[in-house]
Amino acid sequence: MLTFILKRLGLAVLVAFTVSFISFSLLFLAGDPAAALAGETASGEDIESLRKLYGFDRPMLVQYGDWLFSAIQGDFGESYYFRLPVASLIAERLSVTMTLGVCGISFALLTAVPLGVAAAIRPNSIIDRVALFLSVAGQAMPSFWFGLILIVIFAIQLGWLPPSGASSPVHFIMPTIVLGYYAMPAIMRLTRAGMLDVLSSDYIRTARAKGAPEGRVLFRHALRNAIIPVVSLAAVQMGFMLGGSIVVESIFALHGAGYLAWESIARNDLPTVQALILVFSMFYIVFTFLADVLNAWLDPRMRSS
Amino acid sequence: MEKPLLSVRNLTIDIPVGGGTLHAVRGIDFDLNRGETLCIVGESGSGKSLTSLAVMGLLGKTIRRTADRMDFDGTDLTRANPRTMRKLRGARMSMIFQEPMTSLNPAYTIGDQLTEALLLHKPVGREAARARAVELLEKVGITAAESRLSQYPHQLSGGLRQRVMIAMALMCEPELIIADEPTTALDVTIQAQILRLLYDLGREMNMAMILITHDLGVVARVADKVAVMYAGELVETGPAADVFNTPSHPYTRGLLRCIPLPGKTERGSTLGTIPGIVPSLVGDIEGCAFRTRCPYAEAACRSEIPRQGSAGHAFRCIHEDGKRQAEEATA
Repeated sequence: MLTFILKRLGLAVLVAFTVSFISFSLLFLAGDPAAALAGETASGEDIESLRKLYGFDRPMLVQYGDWLFSAIQGDFGESYYFRLPVASLIAERLSVTMTLGVCGISFALLTAVPLGVAAAIRPNSIIDRVALFLSVAGQAMPSFWFGLILIVIFAIQLGWLPPSGASSPVHFIMPTIVLGYYAMPAIMRLTRAGMLDVLSSDYIRTARAKGAPEGRVLFRHALRNAIIPVVSLAAVQMGFMLGGSIVVESIFALHGAGYLAWESIARNDLPTVQALILVFSMFYIVFTFLADVLNAWLDPRMRSS
Repeated sequence: MEKPLLSVRNLTIDIPVGGGTLHAVRGIDFDLNRGETLCIVGESGSGKSLTSLAVMGLLGKTIRRTADRMDFDGTDLTRANPRTMRKLRGARMSMIFQEPMTSLNPAYTIGDQLTEALLLHKPVGREAARARAVELLEKVGITAAESRLSQYPHQLSGGLRQRVMIAMALMCEPELIIADEPTTALDVTIQAQILRLLYDLGREMNMAMILITHDLGVVARVADKVAVMYAGELVETGPAADVFNTPSHPYTRGLLRCIPLPGKTERGSTLGTIPGIVPSLVGDIEGCAFRTRCPYAEAACRSEIPRQGSAGHAFRCIHEDGKRQAEEATA
């Protein structure tokens, strides 16, 4: 198990370096950074002096090394727009995004897994149909539309929930539902398919032949095996929620990291975009790593491979 | 006379399929005494496995099981509720399956899976259960038993897994053990070992055993009683020696011709086959199910088939002694 963890950790670090290089290169893919920084009316001299000031005249690899070295220490440079250190800017926004992401994935898992299990126990039953309906609806409805509908109903007409902002836990209820519901269908379907597959397997029959009660058969013997692919999927979705909640953050005016990314792209604020891409990628890498470890704990066959 | 441990009368198993009902088992009767080994033989699809699953109460939800009687040591299995069945399963009757590669849960250690039944059914602690597991692993011939407990199924070979399955089935010292083709999936070289082991342990613990197989060589070695199944019916039942020495149903004789016998089968001669295929089990079968493949079939085979022979050795055929003597005379 320990060798497995170390191997995966090594792999994760390699991926992290690759991603960091790619996100750094973005700066140059977007055109001449000095010219972008100087603005459209700047003279050639101004651009040259900015190039020197920000060190864009050095070889790219040197700049990358320099940038990476500072990034590891938590220094992502200064935002072109806010004139503030990018690190503190992101840190401030990240708490909103993290709260939303954790709530969203929890909501998705807590609805999808029980529904998927229930649907698999009785395929084609009413509960299976309801689960299928919910998942099709979830896949068909765009988040922005669903979010607006929720605001119209619960914030405007009923007045139960605040329509926007992030100042209290209540503010997170609707964004959580919108974000979680987006991830729910895939998890539900995977749980259902996995459970159906596992429940028809020989070792479930063995468990029943031992006289194990049905609940034990379902949860101890079946779910543990059926949940393995769900863990991997949930990790990817968790990463997606932290990085891709831009739409939801915009609808509910939650000023999180997703919203910051959108703002920074619009403003050509490259150091911020770069840092955000790196941070979001790191989330993916960390969650994938954690999912691998969790899966290895669930499935002993993975530990040896 | 001793009361049988398991007594089954008129067991039928129906499976709803697209176009109607598949009558997989069509009214079979058998008795099994304590410590006795009954071998059920027959081709694939003849209903052997379903019969055993029916006794265990492990048939799928869509499968219908009816019986006039299914008595297990005083418990009427036809009326037993799920709770009663659960208490019997694993404790007083247990089962060994055909597929050792997939019958163990990949997520748990051998030790967890071995001790599970014992912990579920008996008031024993973890330590005692583990000690029992080690004892049984040693009994089924697994070396380094103690260290095996922390291993996972994927770390064991097929033969070892089947030994584990056997040990698992024996944890609670059941009175009845059902082995459904326990060696089919195994390497030929260890098939005999596993069967020997199963048989010896059965004897040692005085367990009744239902052994499902299509290997007649196996039957000859271990069976007290034989039940020959064809298309969901028991065409011949009786003490092993009688069935082997005076096989009365033409199907039984056909089966016996398919296996080489040391000393009897001439080197280089062709082994027997039974031409034709098993009839469709969807819908009713008129008269004898075997008549489409039987060399002695005649018009009367379409009518009701009488049960012949004694209570001990019975067979279903319209011909007196199933044309056995006539066949032997020409041979």
